[in-house]
Amino acid sequence: MNEDTKKEIERLIGDYKYGFKTETESLRDTGKGLTKEVVEEISAIKEEPGWMREFRLKAYETFLEKPLPAFGPDLTGIDFESLTYYRKPSERSERSWDDVPEEIKNTFEKLGIPEAERKFLAGVGAQFESEVVYHSTLEELEKQGVVFLDTDTALKKHPEIFKEYFAKAIPARDNKFAALNSAVWSGGSFIYVPKGVKVDKPLQSYFRINAEQMGQFERTLIVVEEGASLHYVEGCTAPVYTTESLHAANVEIFVKKGGYCRYTTIQNWASNVNNLVTKRAIVEEDAHMEWVDGNIGSHINMKYPSCILKGDNAKGTTISIAFAGENMHQDTGAKMIHLGKNTTSTVISKSMSAKGGKVNYRGLVHHAPSATGAKTNVECDTLILDGESSSDTVPVNIVKNNAAMVQHEASVSKVNEQQLFYLMSRGLTEEEATEMIIMGFIEPFARELPMEYAVELNQLIKLEMEGSIG
Amino acid sequence: MAGLRIENLHAEAEGHRILRGVDLCIDAGKTHAIMGPNGTGKSTLASVIMGHPRYKVTEGKITLDGEDVLAMTTDERARAGLFLAMQSPAEVPGVTNSDFIKAAMDARREGEKNIPLFRFIKQLDDAVAALKMREDLPHRYLNDGFSGGEKKRNEILQMRMLHPKIAILDEIDSGLDVDALKIVGDNVTAMKDGKLGLLLITHYQRLLDYISADKVSVMMQGRIVKTGDESLMKRIDTEGYDWIKEELGIEDERVVPDDDERVFLEKCATKEALE
Repeated sequence: MNEDTKKEIERLIGDYKYGFKTETESLRDTGKGLTKEVVEEISAIKEEPGWMREFRLKAYETFLEKPLPAFGPDLTGIDFESLTYYRKPSERSERSWDDVPEEIKNTFEKLGIPEAERKFLAGVGAQFESEVVYHSTLEELEKQGVVFLDTDTALKKHPEIFKEYFAKAIPARDNKFAALNSAVWSGGSFIYVPKGVKVDKPLQSYFRINAEQMGQFERTLIVVEEGASLHYVEGCTAPVYTTESLHAANVEIFVKKGGYCRYTTIQNWASNVNNLVTKRAIVEEDAHMEWVDGNIGSHINMKYPSCILKGDNAKGTTISIAFAGENMHQDTGAKMIHLGKNTTSTVISKSMSAKGGKVNYRGLVHHAPSATGAKTNVECDTLILDGESSSDTVPVNIVKNNAAMVQHEASVSKVNEQQLFYLMSRGLTEEEATEMIIMGFIEPFARELPMEYAVELNQLIKLEMEGSIG
Repeated sequence: MAGLRIENLHAEAEGHRILRGVDLCIDAGKTHAIMGPNGTGKSTLASVIMGHPRYKVTEGKITLDGEDVLAMTTDERARAGLFLAMQSPAEVPGVTNSDFIKAAMDARREGEKNIPLFRFIKQLDDAVAALKMREDLPHRYLNDGFSGGEKKRNEILQMRMLHPKIAILDEIDSGLDVDALKIVGDNVTAMKDGKLGLLLITHYQRLLDYISADKVSVMMQGRIVKTGDESLMKRIDTEGYDWIKEELGIEDERVVPDDDERVFLEKCATKEALE
């Protein structure tokens, strides 16, 4: 680094340190690294109420105190000093389409993603003009009293609901990355479904997609009131390209008595992104929470969607797939915490690894002393596609009462030679046959997806598999 | 003449020599039955013809209408017109029968358009009815949770849909009750169109009550030791194989190591079942 550059950096840092409060308008981002000042700055830019500012600052302290997780993939490579924690949405669009890697462009092409969406997904366009397209859907929801906003706007417009639920499922002290998110969160979705309202069509984040939403530290808060129901589809199957290397989101869901919520995600972050996400639902009496969770992208991915089955007869379901290709480590699973009587949970996990990827299932089932009559079924299957790839299953089952039942089934297999021979003996090439076996393997997951997502998922897996056979 | 020619075929698996010089012709339009006690290499022969990766051919030749079969991969053999109805067909969960069969049909229409969907559905429905299978077969997963008899009928259903030149039926009669055997027999017989070459591998004469054979061969010690017509089969049915062993001076007819012996929990098709 030469002297001029150093001076330039000092000038910029100096600017940032002392000038940000008065020069908010011209501020592009909060610079690299995280300090108390950066947290205050984020809160100031967003013109937040004092309680949120205090919450963020406290979370920041917690983030500093908390160690990295003591399990799973090695995260010591994350350089927190080199990250930028807040960037104005308008600044994110400064990247040019030419800078987007060919690989990502090709995938868009092969998936047939519309032009406008491509630019958005690649982080080139700041605003995807989706609100126009989905205007009538949104209007209909509004009439039913459903609130569907980005989380920042929701804090301004619905402070009472917000304060009642925010960070009640995932306290900042939960883990290091939940604390980080709590300190610097920005964007995400806020959904409130009033008592008895059944949202019949899946609600998609596409409807309200904007740069804020696709941020690194998004925060989602969903409240499904008594007897209401919701299916929310977050993100998309298309690869999301970003130059930032960390995505740490928090998703909190509250399902009230007799309510139903399904949360579908397929994450397909670019291979430079570490995806460390905390997802948790609190499920009341007779309510049902379903996580449908697909993990196809990112470098290191740690995600264990949880259900706290608080009320009697509450139900929790997690259906997930994870695919680890070259240079990928998927450490995913599910957590089911049974507190209420006769609570039931089901976990179906399908994992695949190829081209040296590593895919782990890590799960927790906990039946508390109060959870008499609780039942859990866990089924995790793994398919290892070549000799370089690997997989581990790490289930933890804790049962603290005598009237509960846990079933755990696990299988690990290679692509079965007999199946392959059978399909090939009917004229399918080795590649077609392998693909068919894999599609069959993930079918229990794919059939839970809305049609267009299932089609895209199949396409993606095929693309990921290219060149890994023979 | 058109058909499958096998000359002096030798093959081994995991160091065991199993096929030791098989000579066999299956002419187009003809049916050839191979009988023999357990462990003499009959099923190995079927697998080797189809190119199962477990077996290594060490000597000999296989041609189909003059084309070198051994130079082809398994899928190429299938597209060239070979079909093997397997003894224990694999189960493939998550893949529906109709998706699989359509993919197999499209695979052999190289350079042509895929089969139109409505025509395919019609053909499949007809085949399901002809084999008296459950109507929801197209939507069920491939052999997943099928009974032994259902699996066998599903093999014949695929054969009907794929129109092979040469079909090898490997113990298609095992695990079938009398009614199912009749359905399978009638369907296979209906497919004989003067061009289809059939190789039937069986332990029992009973199958030949439903599908008539032009030639019957006996396999022992990994090769064909005797060939005749249906009267040979009838004699085996009443007297067993000992007379052949005596005639040929064979003491141990087996070539497949004991630990490779297949165990069937299904009911075998026995002559007693008929009575």
